[in-house]
Amino acid sequence: MKVMAAPPETAILQVDDLSVCFETSRGSVQAVSGVSFAMAKGEVYALVGESGCGKSTTALAVMRLVPPPGRIRRGHIRLGDEDLLALSDEAMADVRGRRLAMIFQNPLVSLNPVYRAGSQIEEAISLDSVPRPVAWRRAIEVLGRVRIGDPAERALRYPHELSGGMRQRVMTGMMISRTPDLLIADEPTTALDVTIQARILDLLMDLCSHSGMALLIITHDLGIVAEIADRVGVMYAGSLVEQAPVYELYEDPLHPYTRMLMRALPRLGKGQGRLETIPGSVPDLIALPAGCAFHPRCPERLAICASQTPVSRVVGGGRTVACHRGEVDR
Amino acid sequence: MLEYVARRLAMGVLTVLAVTVVLFLIMQLMPGDPIRLIADPDRIPPHQIEALRRQWGLDRPAHIQFIYWLVNIVRGDFGRSIVTGQEVRVLIATRMPFTLMLAVPALLLHYTLAVPLGLLAAIRSGSRLDRAIIVTTSALRTIPGFWLAILLMLVFAINLRWFPISGYQGPRSLVLPVLTLTLPMLGGTVRLTRAEVLETIREPFVLTAYAKGLTHNAVRLKHVLRNALIPVTVMFFLALPWLVGGSVIIENIFAWPGMGRLLWTAITNQDLPVVQGIIVIIAVLTVGANTIGDVISGMLDPRIRIELEEGR
Ligand SMILES: Nc1ncnc2c1ncn2[C@@H]1O[C@H](COP(=O)(O)OP(=O)(O)OP(=O)(O)O)[C@@H](O)[C@H]1O
Ligand code: SF4
Ligand SMILES: [Mg+2]
Repeated sequence: MKVMAAPPETAILQVDDLSVCFETSRGSVQAVSGVSFAMAKGEVYALVGESGCGKSTTALAVMRLVPPPGRIRRGHIRLGDEDLLALSDEAMADVRGRRLAMIFQNPLVSLNPVYRAGSQIEEAISLDSVPRPVAWRRAIEVLGRVRIGDPAERALRYPHELSGGMRQRVMTGMMISRTPDLLIADEPTTALDVTIQARILDLLMDLCSHSGMALLIITHDLGIVAEIADRVGVMYAGSLVEQAPVYELYEDPLHPYTRMLMRALPRLGKGQGRLETIPGSVPDLIALPAGCAFHPRCPERLAICASQTPVSRVVGGGRTVACHRGEVDR
Repeated sequence: MLEYVARRLAMGVLTVLAVTVVLFLIMQLMPGDPIRLIADPDRIPPHQIEALRRQWGLDRPAHIQFIYWLVNIVRGDFGRSIVTGQEVRVLIATRMPFTLMLAVPALLLHYTLAVPLGLLAAIRSGSRLDRAIIVTTSALRTIPGFWLAILLMLVFAINLRWFPISGYQGPRSLVLPVLTLTLPMLGGTVRLTRAEVLETIREPFVLTAYAKGLTHNAVRLKHVLRNALIPVTVMFFLALPWLVGGSVIIENIFAWPGMGRLLWTAITNQDLPVVQGIIVIIAVLTVGANTIGDVISGMLDPRIRIELEEGR
């Protein structure tokens, strides 16, 4: 299961065999099973897949913020030379925000309603032992950097006085204010309208190219992936079934699930490139099917697919795939 | 905000007015003639009773009587006690401090115990500590106040002789009645705090607070507790008049010279002016506390403040 897509020396993030489960009253939900991937400095890596396949949980595990009853069962997460899962709570808190930050799925409720926008950014900045007035000045600068007009005035607003796009920019500003090495953005644009979406993405891309920040972006939207990602990881039922540089993935998807995703993608120009439904249903993560988790829906399944779990393997050009069919053909 | 406060105050005045109308109607509907309470018709000739009636304005139509009565109340004149002849205003003014002397420390003690306990229960939710806190404070709630008072008296005043058994004999006299007021009510606030904290912990902005690098304690203090305590703070202000009103039994058991005891004796003696005076005071206190509670919640929560300012 050990797969390194980026050479370890330049890797900023390296996730190895990560497994996360939620212990619920119905049973243990296997949200993430043996996910491995790595990201290089400044790289934009997109995680895609249907709803409930474990994208957010993977990201939260990297932040060590999986909510109870969730638990990281196995695996290693390295950020640069730091083994995140071995750190104390205090040391991990020190890593968060400073080296590793995350924008959450719902910008509308992810800011504290009782504090002014500026104060919430100032709070982050002053963690670097910056005196308050300086931190406030920098918070205003940050608001300018995320292209908020009239930042000095907007800093004084409360979240509910700002539009959705504005709040998402405040959130982005807060998370980049301490120039982390890696920013995770979980569907940063889902709740926003198209023009604002484009502006936020533009902004994120800009930040990556200017500060060398790596970006792990989670999205349903293959249009966004094509536009901004360097590499893509496709998740299905808690597993990373394929990863590839974005161009190769679109040109030549190897995994049957990826191929179905591509086919489900409406023609360019029609719609916004959101995933359409794929025949069959997502498996129950409490009782995953034996063998390949995708086999009940797979049009190309082989005899062994129902009994043996395919192992992720490198297929050249920084690509990995977990499918029995590839083992035979290639 | 100012406009809102003004509107709330106006509402409050209307509420108090409604209370006085009801109070007045009840008095009108009460069987018996108030004059008989002060003048025995068997011994005082009818023309003198008529004169008294005129002197007290009881011959006027009800609505005129009401207006006179109301104007007096607004001027702080609740009349005189039928029993002792003392001015009700003076009676209340001498008794009120004693009641507040119990109610304010009881309220403060209540919150300094209940909020940390509720927070602790929430942070360790599901643990034995959590269950112990909830079970203990809920059990306290089921104990009747008078029973607890007698128990405390038996143990700490009679057996151990640590505190005076009753009456006001200096600050040490406060301990037992304050405990009696505090302990049974803890459960409610502990549960409220716990529930609010648990709800706030699940809010996405708490995740944001962690993601930007705050430690557990900073997140709990500045984001969880700060938001969870808004309703708890409002309850604090709502509880004060309740405590004053609810002190009747406790003050009687501890022979405490406060309003509760005054109300009790006034009711037993049918001392109407005193009863009226106290009810009006409690109504005013309740409305005042409600208004303060609203204003404070507006100050603590900008969303509420905006709603208030927009007059919703
Ligand atoms: N708190 C929780 N308790 C129990 N199960 C959970 C919890 N959070 C997530 N899960 C389960 O874990 C699985 C992965 O969820 P996750 O949120 O990571 O999916 P996702 O890929 O981000 O989906 P989406 O695209 O809808 O955001 C889901 O099946 C979900 O039901
Ligand atoms: S392993 Fe088998 S079932 Fe799974 S995707 Fe490949 S062919 Fe389909
Ligand atoms: Mg998600």
